[in-house]
Amino acid sequence: MKRKTSRISGFLPGFGLTMGYTIIYLSLLVLIPLSVLFLKASTMSWEAFIGTILDERVLSSIRVSVVTSFFAACMNAVFGVLVAWVLARYQFVGKRFIDGIVDLPFALPTAVGGIALTSIYAENGWIGQFAAEWGIKIAYTPLGIWVALTFIGLPFVVRTVQPVLQDWDLQMEEAAATLGATRWNTFFRVILPHLMPAVLTGFALAFARALGEYGSVVFISGNMPHKTEIVPLLIMTKLEQFDYTGATAIATVMLVASFVMLLIINYLQWRINKFDAAR
Amino acid sequence: MKHMTESAWIRWLLICLALFFLGLFLILPLVAVFMEAFKQGSEMFVAAILDEETFAAVKLTLLVALVSVPLNVTFGVAAAWAIAKFTFRGKNILLTLIDLPFAVSPVIAGLIFVLLFGSQGVAYPWLEAHDIKIIFAVPGIILATTFVTFPFVARELIPIMEAQGKDEEEAAVSLGASGWKTFFRVTLPNVKWGLLYGGILCNARAMGEFGAVSVVSGHIRGMTNTLPLHVEILYNEYQFAAAFSVATLLAALALVTLILKSIIEWKTQRKEELP
Amino acid sequence: MSIEVVNITKSYKNFTALHNVSLQIPEGELVALLGPSGSGKTTLLRLIAGLEQPEEGAILFHGEDNTNRDVRERQGGVVFQHYALFRHMTIFDNIAFGLAVRNRKTRPTKQEIKERVHSLLRLVQLDGLAHRYPSQLSGGQRQRVALARALAVEPKFLLLDEPFGALDTKVRQELRRWLRHLHEKLGLTILFVTHDQEEAMELADQVVVMNEGRVEQVGSPEEIYNHPANPFVYSFLGRVNLFRGRVRDGKVRLGEAEFDTEWENLRGGEWPAVGYMRPHDVEIALAAQDSKFVQAQIQHISLLGPIIRLDLKRLDTGELFEAELTRQRFCELDLQEKSTVFVKLNNLAFYVEDAEEKVPLPTFIPIQASF
Repeated sequence: MKRKTSRISGFLPGFGLTMGYTIIYLSLLVLIPLSVLFLKASTMSWEAFIGTILDERVLSSIRVSVVTSFFAACMNAVFGVLVAWVLARYQFVGKRFIDGIVDLPFALPTAVGGIALTSIYAENGWIGQFAAEWGIKIAYTPLGIWVALTFIGLPFVVRTVQPVLQDWDLQMEEAAATLGATRWNTFFRVILPHLMPAVLTGFALAFARALGEYGSVVFISGNMPHKTEIVPLLIMTKLEQFDYTGATAIATVMLVASFVMLLIINYLQWRINKFDAAR
Repeated sequence: MKHMTESAWIRWLLICLALFFLGLFLILPLVAVFMEAFKQGSEMFVAAILDEETFAAVKLTLLVALVSVPLNVTFGVAAAWAIAKFTFRGKNILLTLIDLPFAVSPVIAGLIFVLLFGSQGVAYPWLEAHDIKIIFAVPGIILATTFVTFPFVARELIPIMEAQGKDEEEAAVSLGASGWKTFFRVTLPNVKWGLLYGGILCNARAMGEFGAVSVVSGHIRGMTNTLPLHVEILYNEYQFAAAFSVATLLAALALVTLILKSIIEWKTQRKEELP
Repeated sequence: MSIEVVNITKSYKNFTALHNVSLQIPEGELVALLGPSGSGKTTLLRLIAGLEQPEEGAILFHGEDNTNRDVRERQGGVVFQHYALFRHMTIFDNIAFGLAVRNRKTRPTKQEIKERVHSLLRLVQLDGLAHRYPSQLSGGQRQRVALARALAVEPKFLLLDEPFGALDTKVRQELRRWLRHLHEKLGLTILFVTHDQEEAMELADQVVVMNEGRVEQVGSPEEIYNHPANPFVYSFLGRVNLFRGRVRDGKVRLGEAEFDTEWENLRGGEWPAVGYMRPHDVEIALAAQDSKFVQAQIQHISLLGPIIRLDLKRLDTGELFEAELTRQRFCELDLQEKSTVFVKLNNLAFYVEDAEEKVPLPTFIPIQASF
């Protein structure tokens, strides 16, 4: 049977047409434009490239981006598991509404999210004023960036963990109980390890999204070089100053980082599928 | 099931904690948009909405969505057919490449088109010779938006079509149906909800995209301003009430998207429950 | 440990899974809970394990009330239907789990755990697979891991929910024999749920037949097969022929055949009666030898290997029934389809609708046929 139709199996029509269209569209819209970035970067000398990247301002922006994204993703991981758990396991009034609203950060334009969060967490905002009484400034500080990044990354962990919990075989918990494990033990030894690949996938997705996020952060961050300037904003600034090569160099580093994240995410997804095959 | 779940107070603690977190990070911002919009009275709100520049921004936003969404829907269907109904080598690589735009920062998405078509771009001399403007013009906005929303439909359709297998299509073809007939009569009815779902998400992102569009737009009022960019300009000019008023349009779009999404999820889940 | 179930009732949202069930399981016995799906057998097993709570009734272990005791304290080993192995743990960690989660005082040392796991792996004949994951094992191997995991905590009794349900026939045969050996070796009280009557008969010392949340009969495999307490048990334990007739003055008439019964209290009236009969009890002859023979026509002959099954139609009543005979007997008689033969109905069990209680659902009283 394999020999009959070379490498492509099946006798349905349309493979050539759809595959051809897919490849051409993908190349024109995604692959060629992206490769232009690397092409442009390759015209730079190595010293110039390194010099741009190792610039103090660039390094601080990378630090700000990575640190705030990391902590936002951590927040999302912890509360994402909590929200997914509550949605998958408990019944309460308004559950359907909550389940729907979790996707708000996907549906709400980032700029709108950004200005709304700024108005709430600014010093005269609903929450900002209470924080100010404690002497904490949220908007226009790294804390504000963290708030915005937590907002946009929120659905990722929930939506990766929730289906795993919903398909979860309750018998495994029962088995643990018959073997004498306490509820606490069961959660940390049986349930959580099983959720871990999904949690990590969600974490990685949230982290990757946070690293590249621009719209919601630009309003709340204050954009002070060295302090609250994130990488995407710096690229933007360089562009506005027509420093195309500088922007390209930073973007290249970021893109490579994104690809690495993408590989990690694919690996984690593969791990989830591996466990599921055991059923 | 007494032993298999948490005691009531732990359950309530967890629920309250989750609701508190979601309230703080999701509900509050949403409420804030509408509160801020009406802060200076409904007249200001109406004035901001009916403003000529707002109208131009709405028009451009709709135009962008009208072009980019159908493009990506067509691509999504074609890619899903090729990937889900056939086996070939390199399928996983193709899937990863389709996911690529999700991994790219919106700012970089804008940047690559500037590098291609901008004044220092590879294709600029040719474009100038033929008097075609892409960057700081509508085509650039459409291109950047299409790039950013590229994977939505395909990602939604591929798993659904893969799960459905190809038995039905093969049956149709063996009964003498042509490829197109098979697609429109067998495949499409099976995936219509998934297609709609992907289309709705794609549309929401297309209308709301900010970073990528911001890079390629040039911020020309009444010309290259989409709704999100218009919100930004108003906000940066300290016209907060007006900015939030325009933002309510986008927030309403988000809510409609979420409601449609929930309806589709509910409908498809109900279908799965039937034998 | 002996297990006693006393007047247990358990209901869910919209149906009652168990009605007032009582049961005694002596120490060291291998007991089967047999019944169709929805008969409440799994619910009963879960109640004994402590995974569910009954509304009414009590569960005693060795005479001690355990009804409200936590599942963790009951010290019963449970093997779940789909094994419920921990997918992210190796086989070793799965088996060691019950020991590893104990608190520090009662937890064995690492070395002790290791020794115990390895001895269990030898017991279930899986040595060398300690570092595999459940996904890398076959169904039969997973089943044995689940058993080893349950045994690791040295349970007082063992509960198995459809232990061989998901396995193919050959593996199932092997595992049955193996479980039998294991039971002999360990002398543990074992209770298992099954819907397969053959499995129950082959393995169990005692079979508990359940239907619609009630215990229909408890007995050794021989008892329940030879002396089924009611029509349900009769028909659940194998193929069965039904003959409808009437009982009058202690005699049952099924068409032209008449049977004496010892049923004195049914004199002075007439009731509908049903005769139950196993196909292999149908005697076939080419000529009538006495008045118990009736005529029947062969409708179809199925050659099933060692036995031959005939689809027959009685000429007096038109009722359809089956007969099974050995290949040898079949050849002797030289039977053909459409030919007419004489059949004798042996070992009939009659059930009559209870005349005393006029309940809409017929309750049956068994009468043993006498010839």
